[in-house]
Amino acid sequence: MPEITYLEAIREALFEEMERDADVFCIGEDIGAYGGAFKVTDGLMAKFGEARVIDSPISEIGIVGAAAGAAHMGMRPVVEMQFIDFIANAYDMLTNYVATARYRAFLPCPMVVRGPSGGYVRGGPFHSQNPEAGFIHTPGLKVVYPSTAEDAKGLMKAAIRDEDCVLFFEHKYLYRRIKGVMPAGDHVVPIGKARIAREGTDLSIITYAAPVYKALEAAELLEREDGLSVEVLDLRTLAPLDDDAIVSTVKKTNRVLILHEDTRTGGIAGELTARINESCFEWLDAPVLRVTAHDVPLPYAPSLEDFVLPQTADVVLAARRLAAY
Amino acid sequence: MARTGTKRDGGRDARTSATLPPAAVEGDVALSDAQRLELYYWMRLTRSLEERLVNLYRQTKVVGGLFRSLGQEADAVGSAFALEKHDVLSPLIRNLGSMLVKGATPVEILKQYMAKADSPTRGRELNIHFGDTERGFIGQISPLGDMVPVMAGVTLSFKMRRQPRVGLVYVGDGATSTGAFHEGINLAAVQRCPLVVVVENNGYAYSTPTSKQTLARQFVDKAAGYGVAAEQADGNDVIATYEATKRAVDRARRGEGVTLVELITYRRKGHAEHDNQSYVPAGEIERWERDNDPIARYVTRLNAEGVGADVLAGIDARVQREVDDATDLAEQSGVPEPLDALTGVYADPSVVPPLWFREGKRSAVDSHERPEGWGTFDAPAKGAD
Repeated sequence: MPEITYLEAIREALFEEMERDADVFCIGEDIGAYGGAFKVTDGLMAKFGEARVIDSPISEIGIVGAAAGAAHMGMRPVVEMQFIDFIANAYDMLTNYVATARYRAFLPCPMVVRGPSGGYVRGGPFHSQNPEAGFIHTPGLKVVYPSTAEDAKGLMKAAIRDEDCVLFFEHKYLYRRIKGVMPAGDHVVPIGKARIAREGTDLSIITYAAPVYKALEAAELLEREDGLSVEVLDLRTLAPLDDDAIVSTVKKTNRVLILHEDTRTGGIAGELTARINESCFEWLDAPVLRVTAHDVPLPYAPSLEDFVLPQTADVVLAARRLAAY
Repeated sequence: MARTGTKRDGGRDARTSATLPPAAVEGDVALSDAQRLELYYWMRLTRSLEERLVNLYRQTKVVGGLFRSLGQEADAVGSAFALEKHDVLSPLIRNLGSMLVKGATPVEILKQYMAKADSPTRGRELNIHFGDTERGFIGQISPLGDMVPVMAGVTLSFKMRRQPRVGLVYVGDGATSTGAFHEGINLAAVQRCPLVVVVENNGYAYSTPTSKQTLARQFVDKAAGYGVAAEQADGNDVIATYEATKRAVDRARRGEGVTLVELITYRRKGHAEHDNQSYVPAGEIERWERDNDPIARYVTRLNAEGVGADVLAGIDARVQREVDDATDLAEQSGVPEPLDALTGVYADPSVVPPLWFREGKRSAVDSHERPEGWGTFDAPAKGAD
C-alpha cells in the first residue's frame, strides 16, 4: 500500500462511503465542479454526479439545516464548511436544531460537518480558527479532530456511519504534510477513543490535531536532553472525551501538560483540567499545566502568528516546569 | 362555490389588504361536500381544544406558556388540507390546526402542554413543539426561520429519491426577516425542491407590527427576488387558503419547485397568554372578531350552500366529546421519571451517567483512592536538575 496524505485519506473515506451507501451525499460551497477550496472533494462529482455532490449557494445556515432535514428522512449528508471559521454562521442551526433533534424530538440526525481548520498556515483571523470548544460545550454533537492520515480516514468513515451529527475538524496544516499507509480493508476508527501517540512514564502531554507533532518533537528533545520519558496522548475525539484514557495516563505519569492550539480561556484544556481534578486529584504530583494559544484573534504575519500559537519550545519549557515539581 | 378567495377588508392597513396578484393557473382543487365539512371539523376542533387549554392553563395544569391561534384556524387548516398523507409539513406555534389535520391527536396536545411522561416528547419540549415523520409533521424549534432550511433538506431528499412527495413549511411575518428564511428558501429554489413556503402574515411578530418588519409592500413580492412562484390568499377564508396552497402543492409535485404563499390573517390573542396586547391599536382586535372570524365566515358560507345547522351542531358535539375524553385521558398520565432526562442525547452512548451528587450518595466523603504516599513532594523530583 502506498503512502497517501491526510487530505487524500479523507477523500478516500468519502469515495468509499459514497460507494458503499447510496444515502451518503456531499453538499458545500465549490465542492463539486471545482473539487473544493483544498480539493478534498476532487473527483467526487465526476464519479457520483451533481445530484450527490451538490454545489450550494453561500449559505452555511442553509446547508447545515438542509443536511439535518435530509438526515431526518434517512439520508447521510456530509457538509463542507469551506473554512471551519464559517461554521460560526451555522452555530444556531447546529446547537439549537441539530444537537437537540434526537433528544427533544426523537429525530435521527446522522450527518457530518467537516472543514479545514487550524493555524500555522498564515491564514489570518478568518482562515485559521479552532472553534471546537464552542461545540464541545453543546450536548448532542460529537467532535473529532484527527492528527494522522490513518485516523483521518478511519474517523471520517466512522463519522459518516454514526447515527448522530459529527463535526469533523480537519487540520489544514496537516493536509499535505502528513502521510500514512492506510490499513487494508474497511478501515474504521471508533469515535470516542484516544490514542497513545508515544509511550512514556514521567509526564503526559494530552493534545490533539497539529500540536500532536509539537508534543512528539518536544518529547524527543526532552528524552535526549533531560532523560525524561514523555507520554503523548492524542485525544482524536473531543466529544465524547475518552475519560478512561485520560485517567489512565494521569495515573501512570502523575504529571499532566495539556496542549492545544485553540485559545486559552474556555478552551478544552480547562475542561480536561477539571475532569482530572475531580477524578484523579490524588494521583497528581503537580498542578495540571496548559500550553495554548494566547487569547487574541489569530494574526497573519509569521512573526505574530508564531508568537501567538504554541510552539515546540513552549511545550519543552512547560514540561520542564512540570517535571521539576 | 367560489374558486378563488378574495380578501375581505378586515381593517388592516393598505399593505396587507393589497389586491391579489394575477390568478395562477387553476388545477383541480374542488372539494367534496364531506371534505368541506371536514374543514369545519378541524377548525372547530382547533378552537375548542385551545379553549380547553385555556381552562387548564388557569388551573395551572399547563406547565409552560399557552399559545393561541384564535382567528388563524382557517389558514392553518386550509393550507395543511392541501397536502397528501405522505407529504411533510413543519408547523409554527400557531399551526395547531395544521398538526391536527396531519394526524396529531388532542390527547397528545394536552399531554404535551401538561408535560406528561407519555407526552409526544416525554416532557422534553413544550406546547406543540413535537412531530412525527410517519404522520408527516416535523416539530419546530423556537429560533424562527430555522425550519425553512430543514424543510429544504427534507424536500431535497424527496427529489434525490424521486419520491412524489411535497414539503410545506410555515413561517410568520417576523421570520421572513431572518437569515435562515433567506438561506433556506434560496437553497430550495436553486435546488428546485418540492417545497411550499407559507408566510402567515398575522400582523404581529410578538409585539412588532409588519410595518417594522419589512418595507416590502406585501410578502408575496419577496417571491420574485428568489425566482419562485407566488400565491396570496385571504387566510381567514379556509377555501381560498386551501385553493392557493393546493396550487402550490401541485406545482411542487409536478417538479416545478418552490412557491411562496402569503396567507393574510390576524392574530387576535397575544403572542402567548401572558401578553396583554397593549401595543395593539384600540378596536383592531374587536373589528377582526366581529367582521372576520374564520369559523363564523365559514359557517355563513356553509349555511348559504345548504348545510343545515343540525349538521354543524352534530360536528360541534363530536368535537366537545373528543376534547372531553382527551382531557380525562391526559389528566391521568403521570410526570416523567427524572432519570429519563439523561437518556437519548445520542444514539450511542444512549445514556448520560448522573453526576456524582445525584447518584444517591449518603456520605460526602468516601475513601481516597491513593492513601499510601499521597503526594510525592518529599520524594526525589523526577527529571529535575
